[in-house]
Amino acid sequence: MAPVLVLWLAVCLSGTWAVDRGNFKTCDQSSFCKRQRALKPGESPYRALLETMELTNTRLTLQLINDNNKVRLLLELYRLQGNITRVKINELKPLKPRYEVPDVLVREPPTEPLSVLSQDENGVVLSLGAESQRVIVSARPFRLDIMEGHDVLMSLNSRGLLAFEHLRMPQQWQVVPPHPYPLQITAKEEEEKVEEGMWEETFKSHSDSKPNGPSAVSLDFSLPGVEHVYGIPEHADTLRLKTTDNGDPYRLYNLDVFQYELYNPMALYGAVPVMLAHNTKRTTGIFWLNAAETWVDISSNTAGKTVFGKMLDYVQGSSETPQTDVRWISESGIIDVFLMLGPTPKDVFSQYASLTGTQSFPPLSSLGYHQCRWNYNDQEDVRSVDAGFDEHDIPYDFIWLDIEHTDGKRYFTWDPHKFATPKEMLQGLLEKKRKMVAIVDPHIKVDSNYKIHNEIRSRGFYVKNKDGGDYEGWCWPGSAGYPDFTRADMRAWWASMFAYDQYEGTMENLYTWNDMNEPSVFNGPEVTMHKDAMHGSWEHREVHNLYGLYVHRATAEGLIQRSGGVERPFVLTRAFFAGSQRYGAVWTGDNAAEWDHLKISIPMCLSLGLVGISFCGADVGGFFKSPSSELLVRWYQTGAYQPFFRAHAHLDTPRREPWLFGPENTALIREAVRQRYTFLPYWYQLFYQAYRTGEPVMRPLWVEYPQDPATFAVDDEFLIGRDLLAHPVTEEGSRGVTAYLPGKDEFWFDIHTFQKHNGAQNLYIPVTMSSIPVFQRGGSIIPRKLRVRRSSTCMENDPYTLFVALNTRGELYIDDGHTFNYEKKEFIHRKLSFANNVLSSVNLAPDAQFTTKSWVERVVILGASKPGKITLKTADGEESQLDFEFDASMSVLTIRKPGMNAGEDWKITLK
Amino acid sequence: MSCQYLLLLLLFGEVSSVEVQRPRGVPLSKRPLYEENKPFTCLDGSRTIPFDRVNDDYCDCQDGSDEPGTAACPQGSFHCTNAGFRPTFIPSSRVNDGICDCCDATDEYNSGADCQNTCRDLWRKEKESMEKLAEIAKEGFLLKQQLIQEAKRGLEDKKGKLTEVQNSKKDLEEKVEALRTVKETAEQPEKEAKERHLKAWDEQKAVIRMEKDKARMAEVFLELDGDGDGSVSVAELLSHSELDQDSDGSFTEAEAQELLGGVDKVDTAAFETVWGNIKEKYMSESNTDAPAPAEPPQEEIKEPASDVDSETYPDDDNPEEEDEDDEEEDDEMDDGDYKSPPPTQTQEKKDDDEEGTMPPYDEETQNLINVAQKARDEFDEAEKALREVDDNISNLEKEISFDFGPSAEFAYLYSQCYELTTGEYVYRLCPFNRVSQKPKYGGSETNLGTWGKWAGPEDDIYSVMKYEHGTGCWQGPNRSTTVKLTCGTETVVTSTSEPSRCEYLMEFTSPAVCQEPPPMTPDPDHDEL
Repeated sequence: MAPVLVLWLAVCLSGTWAVDRGNFKTCDQSSFCKRQRALKPGESPYRALLETMELTNTRLTLQLINDNNKVRLLLELYRLQGNITRVKINELKPLKPRYEVPDVLVREPPTEPLSVLSQDENGVVLSLGAESQRVIVSARPFRLDIMEGHDVLMSLNSRGLLAFEHLRMPQQWQVVPPHPYPLQITAKEEEEKVEEGMWEETFKSHSDSKPNGPSAVSLDFSLPGVEHVYGIPEHADTLRLKTTDNGDPYRLYNLDVFQYELYNPMALYGAVPVMLAHNTKRTTGIFWLNAAETWVDISSNTAGKTVFGKMLDYVQGSSETPQTDVRWISESGIIDVFLMLGPTPKDVFSQYASLTGTQSFPPLSSLGYHQCRWNYNDQEDVRSVDAGFDEHDIPYDFIWLDIEHTDGKRYFTWDPHKFATPKEMLQGLLEKKRKMVAIVDPHIKVDSNYKIHNEIRSRGFYVKNKDGGDYEGWCWPGSAGYPDFTRADMRAWWASMFAYDQYEGTMENLYTWNDMNEPSVFNGPEVTMHKDAMHGSWEHREVHNLYGLYVHRATAEGLIQRSGGVERPFVLTRAFFAGSQRYGAVWTGDNAAEWDHLKISIPMCLSLGLVGISFCGADVGGFFKSPSSELLVRWYQTGAYQPFFRAHAHLDTPRREPWLFGPENTALIREAVRQRYTFLPYWYQLFYQAYRTGEPVMRPLWVEYPQDPATFAVDDEFLIGRDLLAHPVTEEGSRGVTAYLPGKDEFWFDIHTFQKHNGAQNLYIPVTMSSIPVFQRGGSIIPRKLRVRRSSTCMENDPYTLFVALNTRGELYIDDGHTFNYEKKEFIHRKLSFANNVLSSVNLAPDAQFTTKSWVERVVILGASKPGKITLKTADGEESQLDFEFDASMSVLTIRKPGMNAGEDWKITLK
Repeated sequence: MSCQYLLLLLLFGEVSSVEVQRPRGVPLSKRPLYEENKPFTCLDGSRTIPFDRVNDDYCDCQDGSDEPGTAACPQGSFHCTNAGFRPTFIPSSRVNDGICDCCDATDEYNSGADCQNTCRDLWRKEKESMEKLAEIAKEGFLLKQQLIQEAKRGLEDKKGKLTEVQNSKKDLEEKVEALRTVKETAEQPEKEAKERHLKAWDEQKAVIRMEKDKARMAEVFLELDGDGDGSVSVAELLSHSELDQDSDGSFTEAEAQELLGGVDKVDTAAFETVWGNIKEKYMSESNTDAPAPAEPPQEEIKEPASDVDSETYPDDDNPEEEDEDDEEEDDEMDDGDYKSPPPTQTQEKKDDDEEGTMPPYDEETQNLINVAQKARDEFDEAEKALREVDDNISNLEKEISFDFGPSAEFAYLYSQCYELTTGEYVYRLCPFNRVSQKPKYGGSETNLGTWGKWAGPEDDIYSVMKYEHGTGCWQGPNRSTTVKLTCGTETVVTSTSEPSRCEYLMEFTSPAVCQEPPPMTPDPDHDEL
């Protein structure tokens, strides 16, 4: 949802559907961005004072001086385990401490030794341990170059845009007056220019008091040989980031943007300050750990060139190598940046995962289909929608309740008339092995008859305004307070509110949705909190992008605690930051029922996956406006192959449950949802893998084909894990799509027809309304469950069908689907492989223990030749002959009912 | 009835004890197709398999027919016998999924789900509720017969009344024509007398105006004659740039001279001609912000509108016009010929100020006016009566031809309203007219739709009413309401809801929808027997 009430008027006035840009700042309207962007490259005032260098085993420190104002900075450089270099820059002696982001790193990153290779008056060369990597520290001007062999991987301050606005005493005069003599001379050595917006700034009717004055930090990074950069979500833009020379930089500032526009760098609900750079030789990443408002400029020396121009360069042997330059600008805090040096995409994922953790392993059911609407009106409505799914034989796992289910937008309560007996309702769902999600937003109605409000107020847990009172803003319930989720004691209290005896009417099959946690403040600047609001001694300015993560975290902890630590939580959030992957799922916010919004769901989720957040989805059907039945069907077909699969709709749109568009469309939607359910074993295994390694579940093609430049900008198709490629139809009236099938010497099998296609080609695929172009990679084994039932939980004990695409390996992961017992090694993890006409299952985790009732009902071998006979050898040594069928036209061999338990060792031999 | 029921139960007991053996999930009717120990041919004929592959938990037939008793086939279905209740099919995917679907619990034979046989309970409950419904239907059906009779009588009444009114209309039309002649006869002398009076007044006004103009000319002359030499010169005129002939922004000497008739200066006498050229534009120096009053438009001064023919009455009484949608009404209001004040009024007032009020009519004229006015009033009254009769006729015709159901059993709802009060709102259904919603604690009424049509399924079209084109919703459609009618002994709105934004659903009971109850107990369909 979005602040409809407030922005309603804006829409009425402008009479259009687009975002009202005037509500959000451009770089020019954000004083620090404007100031920083005005700096010219090549004029760095910073000099490294080499004589101050100190090197302990793992930490190098060095002072930098700004020759213009003589302010000194302290540079810290660490070599971290796993090929990461950390650079921290802070003021040597700040007037008061500057904010350093807590709670995002999973631990203090373990370091590795550093050593000096050589040193002279111009600089120092340090060894970064293995891989012949070195850091060159140049003194005048200060600059860092990271080298491997003869290659420069990355340079810092190479354009001289390092900037650090040091903290200073408040001036008696506020703005540069055209005044010949300052009224008072400060104790500082010299005068510095006071520009407008440094000590106070206003945007629209909102004033930011800025008691600490200017405090921005900025640094530039050069990436030689790089033409493709990715990441820094959340933006409604292409997968490959664009250069920003001719417009605003990409902005990272969590905002509730009403009816957001596509293909531009405006900030959205979440922010992950991580950028990936890729070329055929190497993938690297930059993690800028700063939670304040941040802008990222990207420029490239090849940006303007046409393909022809580039070719000309190549033919003529142009001396200029392609290069991308990036510049990060944050309003406050310090520079704390992690240079993840790859070299492969998967190395960068694991490097980032070692810093901020991996995707939480979700309950299996949450990978099923979610039915949501603002709002299901009452218990009867929920009952009848639930019955509708049975009547139309469409599986689903979760039904959702938006804000109207509460008693007057008081979260943790139920509307006494519409939801008078919530436990009865939940019990009804439980009997069908289904679940529910109810919304809990972080804005708390100011109402002295509301327990939650009274407790937060009496404990002093609210965020404070600049004058020390409880901060109040306008949101769904009217006047609302915002709990200070940056406080550990507040989060602990919040988590305790999810206990079954606190949150009345709840049961174990009720889960939670955190919306509006940017935080959204309808009457605040840019629809969010005033930057001078206070979280203890820190301004909101410092923690803004972190707020949503904390809300998500506290809620997820609440769900874990209510089950005594046994059950996995499921919490969906709209706002997020680096590390949010540890707490659950995210979605792309309030999109619209338009074809372009369907298209953008792919790059938006791909970008999130690259920076650790795998559990991503877009509102199926589009939140605002009403989709045509064609768009709705195409959206279900796309959503069925994206990680988080939820339909959602605005309060003012006509109903759109899957059976309301005629029998043909109902059948198309049913088929899409059923396909999703057949692939649940594969999705589940991928999430387990993401939880273990940090690899994205939904990934761009270039992650698996890093040396194939044809994949680098593809964002209308994607891979699910390594082995499924989806090119959903996202064009209206489409009669065909052209999918790029990557991989020279590889094969791809159409999952519907089993037709085999060669890799490294653009394949034209004619489509009808029922087509969802999806391919299984040759060389993979994908376990599926073809017995689709009412919900994923109903399928728990069902048998598997193994789809074996020669020549082959794959995995199978099984556990109880919902508890943390996998941490206690209660799971099955098997390696499936096919070689020399033998398909076998081998234990990948011999120290793990779990039993399953599931067996293998069928093995489908794609690209096979007809065998004479097939035998099965099970764990107890027994051998038996198996029936099979062979379809010569598609070379598909189907082995009938081998019947062995899915958790055991076995061997199937084709003779 | 209860005796029969008992008998049925006894019969059932018998039957289930001698149930024929057949593969799990197969209905009795298809039993012959599953012959043990013989190869089984898929029911779609697609292939033949050994019989031991029937119900072996592996799907061999495309149509799922080899696995009637397992969940192996995606397209399959499972037959629940449900002895004691109604047999049914469920999708195969619900076999052994841990959820009890068949009331005889046969679908969960291997899932560990603890399912009880609830068929007899269900049957008892269903029977009870069906009996209750049957009772209501019976009573309601009797009431419906009365309604039909009433409607018949009502229709006759209305038809009789229509004839009556149509006859009276003829008399009235004649009367209107007669009165029109009287009126026109009286208006002719009235008009002439009034014109005479007006003409006299116009002449008088012209004299007054001329005098005023002369006085002003003298004033202006003095004002222009800055040096007091008794003549107005080009230079003196030049200070009045508003007199710029071609309005090009510069008032040149040549232009000024031209105004003065080609000479350098004019005296009082010659100024008279000049005055004629400049008085439209001239702005007095002492009062520059108000342009000199231009010659009042030479239009006729209208007498206060009492001319009935020029007035349009809002046609409130015509129901057909009322049915037209709001937009058109708005347009009419914009035209506003009857709602805005007559445009001449202000002008008259001004004239009054300058030239005094028109003197009252002389006695003779006034008498003529009075006579004419009386004739007009009488004519108007007669015409109004005629219009009312017309309305009456069209109302009657409309009601007579209205679709009140096959036997006009819904006619009694016409011009009635029914209310339901919920937590927040009072809902009001006026059948064949409109549905509305009003907040309980103050606030204005919202139109949830006006009568659209009968909208039930083809075979039962009178079971649903549709009201459309209510007040618009933000980002949504215009409000509309679907009214579902069910048989009841009373005419009541039983519930309202808003299943989708701005699309309302109302449940409404009425005897008019009651069907004649079937002669006897609706037995469950026992194909097992």
